[in-house]
Amino acid sequence: MGKLYDKLMEDVRFEEGLKACINCGTCTAICPAAEFWQYDPRQVLDSIQSRNDQEIEELLKSDVIWYCGECMSCKTRCPRDNAPGLVIMALRSLSQDLGFFVESAKGRQQLAVKRSVGDWILKTGYCLNPPEIAYEQHPEQGTVWEWELANMPDVMARLGANFQGNGAGALRKIPAESMEEIRKIFEITGGLERFKQIEDCSAKKAKELGQNLDEGTDNEYFNNIYG
Amino acid sequence: MNVEGKKLIWQDYQKEIADNNYYYVRSCVRQTFFPGSETAFLRILKTELNKDVCDQSIHTSCTGIGYHSDVVPIETTMTVVARQFALMTEAGYKNFVPSCITSFGLYTEVLETWHHFPELEARIRENLRKATGREFEKPDNLAHASDVIFKFRKEIAAKSKYRLINKNTGEPIKVVDHIGCHYSKMFPGKGIGGAEYPYVLAGMIEEWGGEVIDYPERRHCCGFGFRQYLVKQNRGYSLACSRKKFESMEPYEPELILTNCPGCPMFLDRWQYAINEMEGKSYGKNGQGIPVMTYEELAGLMLGYDPWDLGLQVHQVGCESLLDKIGIEYDPDKKYKGLEDKELGKPKTPSNILFV
Repeated sequence: MGKLYDKLMEDVRFEEGLKACINCGTCTAICPAAEFWQYDPRQVLDSIQSRNDQEIEELLKSDVIWYCGECMSCKTRCPRDNAPGLVIMALRSLSQDLGFFVESAKGRQQLAVKRSVGDWILKTGYCLNPPEIAYEQHPEQGTVWEWELANMPDVMARLGANFQGNGAGALRKIPAESMEEIRKIFEITGGLERFKQIEDCSAKKAKELGQNLDEGTDNEYFNNIYG
Repeated sequence: MNVEGKKLIWQDYQKEIADNNYYYVRSCVRQTFFPGSETAFLRILKTELNKDVCDQSIHTSCTGIGYHSDVVPIETTMTVVARQFALMTEAGYKNFVPSCITSFGLYTEVLETWHHFPELEARIRENLRKATGREFEKPDNLAHASDVIFKFRKEIAAKSKYRLINKNTGEPIKVVDHIGCHYSKMFPGKGIGGAEYPYVLAGMIEEWGGEVIDYPERRHCCGFGFRQYLVKQNRGYSLACSRKKFESMEPYEPELILTNCPGCPMFLDRWQYAINEMEGKSYGKNGQGIPVMTYEELAGLMLGYDPWDLGLQVHQVGCESLLDKIGIEYDPDKKYKGLEDKELGKPKTPSNILFV
């Protein structure tokens, strides 16, 4: 008992985010996720404070920890200066480290985030890559975005951006030397390992579920987790 | 009244903002959806205010969206942040100005965490050394780009061509502000007015002639929620959050929504369009949406910049109703033209023809 709790304690966000929860429920009252999903941050903190390994393992394998939007409204309002949002970040991190994230439908979505934001960071140096924000996957972006995608270099130039160009400016091409430094940072700080863990666990889960998963974003497993 | 006592009470809500020599780091979201805003920020600072701003090609994303969607580990993000600080140090600057609110919150979180866990800071310094050979100093001053515009709001007002006033009625334009959650909800002491009374945008609105409108859900999140928007299956969360705000502000008849986070204007703009397409519901007058702007766009408009230089054409909710009320001049025929009037066609008309 207490091993998973001890692992959580190794994460500074957990240490900072959970001091002594009095279970008042203020976090749940202010939480946008609690309004939308079946989600109760008060209950999450209560489970963790039990230090019961079985309860914590259930959380790490559940959808529950993936509902938070990390807006951190809870941090402002907690009368004991806890931050349930930070605790959630520590839980999500541990869930991925232990490979538990693929045991829940919401957790499995991490592959979709890795194959978009994660891969874009290493490919371009940005969290978003505008040409790949496809209108078909983002109809809410509207007809103006559809028009922008069709005319991206010209629209960006009109707005003073340096789209995929050399030198400074918005949406510039990040120099190769800088990209190499970012890649190296990811290598020595566990970023690449995290990405590999997400891919490996997802591949194993896809096999277990009998679903096709290739390297792209149009296959049975990916479509099931994305939308 | 005991003025000294008042000052003491409010000192937690004040913020020191450097007055020159800024190292500017760009925002992934703002560059993607509102690049004209970053162009305007630099133009205002350099041309109108004669400030020194360093804008380099070699900085990258802070990885904040990856961090808050939990695919990028904390030590990776901290080391990328350390690299950004190293670039600032090497360029000879001490005042760090991010364009993004997620970044601003992240830089604040990293500095605070290092303060409480110095051994972690030492490890990150070692990581950076190993990966890049770089060393860094922490910034003397960390301010979001909206803090900088707030600091110079009076100077901008003095140079302005327009005011936030209805030219026909003489009444102030009614504006609701929307502050990005990570501006001050995590570390209230780091934002102007804290989390309770954020004044960074309200101060601009008041100084430029408008009227700040309060409404019940003023502080509710726009609904980015990181993975909640990024994954299509979860996107209803994002829409529901924005809708809650629109429903709450509608009775107060705002004429403009002003934002300081790069993501919020995109969501508050796009979700109005999506709701209109799905339900035919509009939150502005005459079947139109409520225009949503960044603080850079509004500052630029006040200074008399061309709305199409600022990028108002890449908003889904048309801004012309507001421009007309204030009396801002623009050429409608040039709205969707490229440089040197290059023909780029036009976006398709939304199903509801009024919603343009």
